[in-house]
Amino acid sequence: MLHTALLVGLLLQATPQPATGPRLEVPFTQFTLPNGLHVILHEDHTVPLLTVNVWYEVGSAREKPGRTGFAHLFEHLMFMGSKNAKYGDFDQLLEAAGGTNNASTAEDRTNYYIDIPSNALDLALFLESDRMAYLIEAMSPKTVDAQRDVVKNERRQSYENAPYGMSSIAIAEMLYPKGHPYRWPTIGYTEDLTAASYEDVIQFFRMYYQPANASLVVAGDIDPAKTRAAVEKWFADVKPGKAVVPPIDYPHPTLNEVRKKTIQDRVQLPRLYLTWITPAHFAPGDAELDVLSSVLAGGKNSRLYKRLVYELQIAQDVTAFQASKALNSEYQVIVTARPDADIARIRAIVDEEIKKIQQAAPAEREFRRAINQIESSFYDRMERVGNFGGVGDQLNSYYVAAGNPGYFNEDLSRYRALSPDDITAAATRFLPLDKRVELVVEPKK
Amino acid sequence: MTAGRADGWTRRHKGTRARSLFVWCVLSGAIASSGLLAQQPADRSKPPAVGPAPSLKLPAIEKRTLSNGLQVWVMGVHKVPTVHLELAIRTGVAADPAGKFGLASLTADMLDEGAGSRNALEISDAIDFLGAALSTRGSVDATYVDLHVPISRLGDALPIMADVIARPTFPEAELKRLRDERLASLLEMEDDPEELVQVAFPRLVFGPQHRYGTPVLGTAASLKSFTVADLKAFHASQFNPANAMLVVAGDVTAAKVVPMLERTLGAWKSPGAAKTAAVAPAPQLTARRVYVIDKPGAAQSQVRIGWIGVPRSTPDYFALRVLNTILGEAFTSRLNNNLREVHGYSYGASSRFDMRLSAGAFYASAGVQTDKTAEAVKEFFNELTRIHETVPAGELEKAKNYLALLVPRSFETSRGTADALAQAWIYDLPADYYTTYADRVRAVTAADLKRVADKYIQPDKFAVVIVGDRKTIEAGVKTLNLGPLTVVEPGQVFK
Repeated sequence: MLHTALLVGLLLQATPQPATGPRLEVPFTQFTLPNGLHVILHEDHTVPLLTVNVWYEVGSAREKPGRTGFAHLFEHLMFMGSKNAKYGDFDQLLEAAGGTNNASTAEDRTNYYIDIPSNALDLALFLESDRMAYLIEAMSPKTVDAQRDVVKNERRQSYENAPYGMSSIAIAEMLYPKGHPYRWPTIGYTEDLTAASYEDVIQFFRMYYQPANASLVVAGDIDPAKTRAAVEKWFADVKPGKAVVPPIDYPHPTLNEVRKKTIQDRVQLPRLYLTWITPAHFAPGDAELDVLSSVLAGGKNSRLYKRLVYELQIAQDVTAFQASKALNSEYQVIVTARPDADIARIRAIVDEEIKKIQQAAPAEREFRRAINQIESSFYDRMERVGNFGGVGDQLNSYYVAAGNPGYFNEDLSRYRALSPDDITAAATRFLPLDKRVELVVEPKK
Repeated sequence: MTAGRADGWTRRHKGTRARSLFVWCVLSGAIASSGLLAQQPADRSKPPAVGPAPSLKLPAIEKRTLSNGLQVWVMGVHKVPTVHLELAIRTGVAADPAGKFGLASLTADMLDEGAGSRNALEISDAIDFLGAALSTRGSVDATYVDLHVPISRLGDALPIMADVIARPTFPEAELKRLRDERLASLLEMEDDPEELVQVAFPRLVFGPQHRYGTPVLGTAASLKSFTVADLKAFHASQFNPANAMLVVAGDVTAAKVVPMLERTLGAWKSPGAAKTAAVAPAPQLTARRVYVIDKPGAAQSQVRIGWIGVPRSTPDYFALRVLNTILGEAFTSRLNNNLREVHGYSYGASSRFDMRLSAGAFYASAGVQTDKTAEAVKEFFNELTRIHETVPAGELEKAKNYLALLVPRSFETSRGTADALAQAWIYDLPADYYTTYADRVRAVTAADLKRVADKYIQPDKFAVVIVGDRKTIEAGVKTLNLGPLTVVEPGQVFK
């Protein structure tokens, strides 16, 4: 039997869940260092691995006009060496110890992880603290140029050369007014990547990569007391920042009409994207829209899938989701059409189905099916400690979004508290058919 | 929801680069004490020493056999109240009859489109309502039916899984729907340069006749030929307890789960053949050739270079894994370092021995910026040549540690554990394979690497396949004098 400290104190009932179910428990301890770095520790001895996970509360939403893509470019620069770990050491030392690592940038945050056998805790903390404290000492215009080329190739691969790859960029420009922090792509505009300078790097680091703007999770096969001592040792010499990071705010953008656009791409299957601006992560309506996604496009019996893909067979696939973010979220329905299908007909059917859910609550079984799926997804997310989306990453995510690393239970409670009528109310209020963005990607002629 | 769903995020590199680990091991050594209890200033003059790696303690596999002969392996992972069941059937593309490529895969996909007394929608509704996930898939060497379910709902979900395995009904209308879906999928593969090169490369290396030269899905022509009778006959001949095994990983014990399995799957009997022989190996390439597939205006060229590699049963498995870690598997590997870090031509470069029951491909690959295609191809060949020189001791040690210590990751989740155990069964790995894995990785020498590099990496015989903007790249590629250049139509590699 595997020993583990992760206690999930629940047993699902064989009958449908009541509105309040058993609690999820993810034990952790937390403390803040004198320099402002917040630290969260979590024990799980399933396998002899640990994860060191760091979130910096900065993403593309903090970028200045003319410097889009900078937060992500900076993320790449975090791997280019620091004062005591020269360029190349980071990956070389980690691989020699059996470690892997990665990082990602979104609008509101940048996250980093190192997954490594538990004997190499000090190595991981040395590397992570050295770049938090002494990144700039090793930085030069040349290192900036090297990663600028890599990032431009990332943009080519994931956007310019990928089927439908430019759609997210076109949608954001239709959705948000000029100056809104979500208007530009996280990957950045190519000309802005070209313009990013060494001086920009130094300013960005001093402002946003200060310890008080970061949180550190060490989770997995750890001894909490020893781990706390090691964290205090390695992060003690990270100097506190001088300026306070100002809160980010922007008036909630509103759409007052339907904005339409058609772009062409080297594809044979047309695709329709419908997008709305919706409530922020954890705001009223956010959880309701997740449930709606399941009702519309989760599984064969979901309303849009069943009609478009299963019955009429005029669509290849359909997706619906609430992309939750700090300032506001986006709700999106994406339908890939069969080669000769009529996009106007598909759009009309999507609208018909949205109207139906706006007029009448989902059936009890339909609603419960969605809630049961969401509840199961919480348990699945508790299996792995490391990597993106593992327990370590989630502790940081909840800390940043809700101020409480152990928000698992409160998060799940949002869904358990809903009723079928709540879904209809949210669909009516947040998905008006006459206020949205419609993008069609059609085959290049 | 936020988890990995939003379109906006961008990551440092794709994937974890820890692919195809279907082995595990027990590492010796004590757990090193980490951290200091007393506060001392951190000494940053050199990286902290890393003590001996901790041992991976895995629960024993409880091996049982149902009354119909179905082998069941159970491993308890008592962390989250869920369980993952993976039924593996040793039927893959090798079982596809000539002219019927894709039959194994389509049969797998059709299993949950009607089974027992339920139709497709009823199966989906029942599974979704239980908060479960049921999937069926046909891959190169095996067919899988997976059930992931909260432990309290296992009793409700198991009879549905059993129906899907043993009593699929193959309705005509669902066959037509899935066939049309797959025909459209083939068009989507043609549209995506990253996917197109994955179809084009094996086609040009293995040819249209060999099974490995055509996607698992099959071709448009073969898909259109399938009938319900084909699927039923295939299921009857391949799906039987003697050709299958079931792994159960999660919050269970054999004592609890085996009686449930006996009730639902114990009566499953079928007289079919036990096992399909692997496909015959394809003839190896003998001279280097270049193939260009035109994508006018493409921002990147998708490059794939290689030939026929080795089967999973190769005695050189460990030497090749270490060699490939150095060449193109790890992030610090030579190909990634050269093409991404040193030259900035690419977001990432890698190489792989695709080991199957019969010899799959060896290839090095990357997406490279269009205007640097020839320069990038030249660097590929520089690395494919340099790998024949003696590997420095430090680089060899790093690669061996990396490979040996990645093993525990397969056992972090119930799904990963079930998959690791099923892979061990599919490839007939010896009983001591797991416990000796790390030692066998560490036993690999620089001389071994030289020997396998010479034998399995011969750049003067490789196929070079490039999907990109022909008018920009062709002249530059020709100046490399790699061999005859053929322009291939995208549709041709799908026929």
